[in-house]
Amino acid sequence: MEAHPANLPAPSQHRAGIRLPGLGAGFGGGTVMLYLSIIVLLPLAAVASEAFTGGIGHFWEQVTSPLAIKSLKLTIVCSLIVVVVNGFFGTILAWLLVRDKFPGKSIINAVIDLPFALPTIVASLILLTLYGAESPLGIDFAFTRTAIVVALCFVTLPFVVRAVQPLLLEMDREMEAAAASLGAGNFTIFRRIILPNLLPGLAAGVALAFARALGEFGSVLLFAGGNPDTTVSSVFIRNQVESGNDIGAAAVSVVLLVASLLLLASVSLIQRWAVRHDRSSSEFIPTIAKDVSGDGGGA
Amino acid sequence: MAANPASRWGLRVLGLGYLTMLLLIPLVMIFYKTFEEGIGPPLDAITSPDGLHALKLSLLMVAIAVPLNTIFGIGCALLLVRHKSKLNPVIDAVINLPFAVSPVVIGLSLYILYGTGGWFSFIGEEGFQILFAVPGMVLASIFVSLPFVVRETVPVLQEIGTDQEMAASTLGANGWQTFWKITLPSIRWGVAYGVVLTTARVLGEFGAVTIVSGSINGQTQTLPLFVEKQYANFNSTGAYGASLVLALLALITLFAMNLLKRKEDA
Repeated sequence: MEAHPANLPAPSQHRAGIRLPGLGAGFGGGTVMLYLSIIVLLPLAAVASEAFTGGIGHFWEQVTSPLAIKSLKLTIVCSLIVVVVNGFFGTILAWLLVRDKFPGKSIINAVIDLPFALPTIVASLILLTLYGAESPLGIDFAFTRTAIVVALCFVTLPFVVRAVQPLLLEMDREMEAAAASLGAGNFTIFRRIILPNLLPGLAAGVALAFARALGEFGSVLLFAGGNPDTTVSSVFIRNQVESGNDIGAAAVSVVLLVASLLLLASVSLIQRWAVRHDRSSSEFIPTIAKDVSGDGGGA
Repeated sequence: MAANPASRWGLRVLGLGYLTMLLLIPLVMIFYKTFEEGIGPPLDAITSPDGLHALKLSLLMVAIAVPLNTIFGIGCALLLVRHKSKLNPVIDAVINLPFAVSPVVIGLSLYILYGTGGWFSFIGEEGFQILFAVPGMVLASIFVSLPFVVRETVPVLQEIGTDQEMAASTLGANGWQTFWKITLPSIRWGVAYGVVLTTARVLGEFGAVTIVSGSINGQTQTLPLFVEKQYANFNSTGAYGASLVLALLALITLFAMNLLKRKEDA
């Protein structure tokens, strides 16, 4: 596409990419990997290794202990409910923000990100105040499973809205007009035209929200945590650490880790799939993707 | 979709009603609750020695973790976008991990790595305490906030392309000159957006820090840990006071995010 090998003289220069270095030169893959290893990879490897110190049998025993199973089940069920609820309301909110006009819209648009900015423990505290024993609204469901779901809905709301919003923005409205002129009703247009176009964003948003919900700790702690029926996996892990069962904590952590790795992988698969199938988002293809494949042989 | 008025109103009620119950009322609530008994009690709680220490420690976390992750983030984004390395796919995958891994698991991982019997336990044995001390909390803060600057900088770098950088290079600018005069000014709003997100995440981090810090009053308590401790000790006014400080910081963050998004789009 751009200037190609013909006017790039030396192959060595080609290999080095553009001579932008400065930071880049001293900041090769090695330095980045070193930082990532010390900060991220080594600690996570240590957890995995700890989980298996007693052998696979012991690991399995810890993961399948009644309390561990109970917490994992609870976490997964609540997270599934949460992504369905937020998938529904998140799509509506994204639609309102893109297609509707109402006073205060820009403020609403900004407030959507509040859960990203507000510390989770603060979220937990105010949800407890609002929907706890002293609720000014007279609604009290603190320390129940409903509380877990509400806390998780709070923290994961932006994921879906922010994933769907850009797709709605760039959607070709002529398709909808064409469908309407052919006699399609609103529901049909939504089901046959809008939803299929939103699907990649919705799926990615839901997967990210699910990953976040599986591991969420702070927002659940004060509002729901504490009793045996509302102990989600993250709270279970904390309890195990506090009672000195590091291996048990590590074992359940490994289960969560594998789940988040799978979710991350699915997000990147969804994105790749969306890029391949959707013409309108082709501009999202990072140009490096092509360059990398073109450069692979030379490097 | 030319929604008819009825369904349009239906969607508005559903969407905005949900948002009100979930986000707006809680936000108002925190202001109301803090000042329910006047400005005195929450102010006392925040200005108590432990409260002030927690605030200072939170700011210290920001002062260390944010610059480190910003420099790393820019360098890493440059590497991912401008330099083809065989490590790039690996780096790209690892960068996202902190988004998906539970904060408690992150805390536990540091606890095991640096704790008794851990691979790096010798550092503590040499007398440089990492767990239940500031260094461990810093490591946790860096871990959880690692991806933001990279993630916000990569798309901007891709968008600006290399024409100007090449031109500068042709005119004899060296790598650093090109970086300072061309690249950095063009990506600054993206980087700034990442910095804001990093700061917010470090200020608010609870799960990871709680595991490695031990939450010792006046020693290893950041503001979020202070909130929890105050609440557990039935001093809810103190908890609300500290929460309000954090909520105000969150609102400033939201404001900055919007401002920067607009600059970026402009």
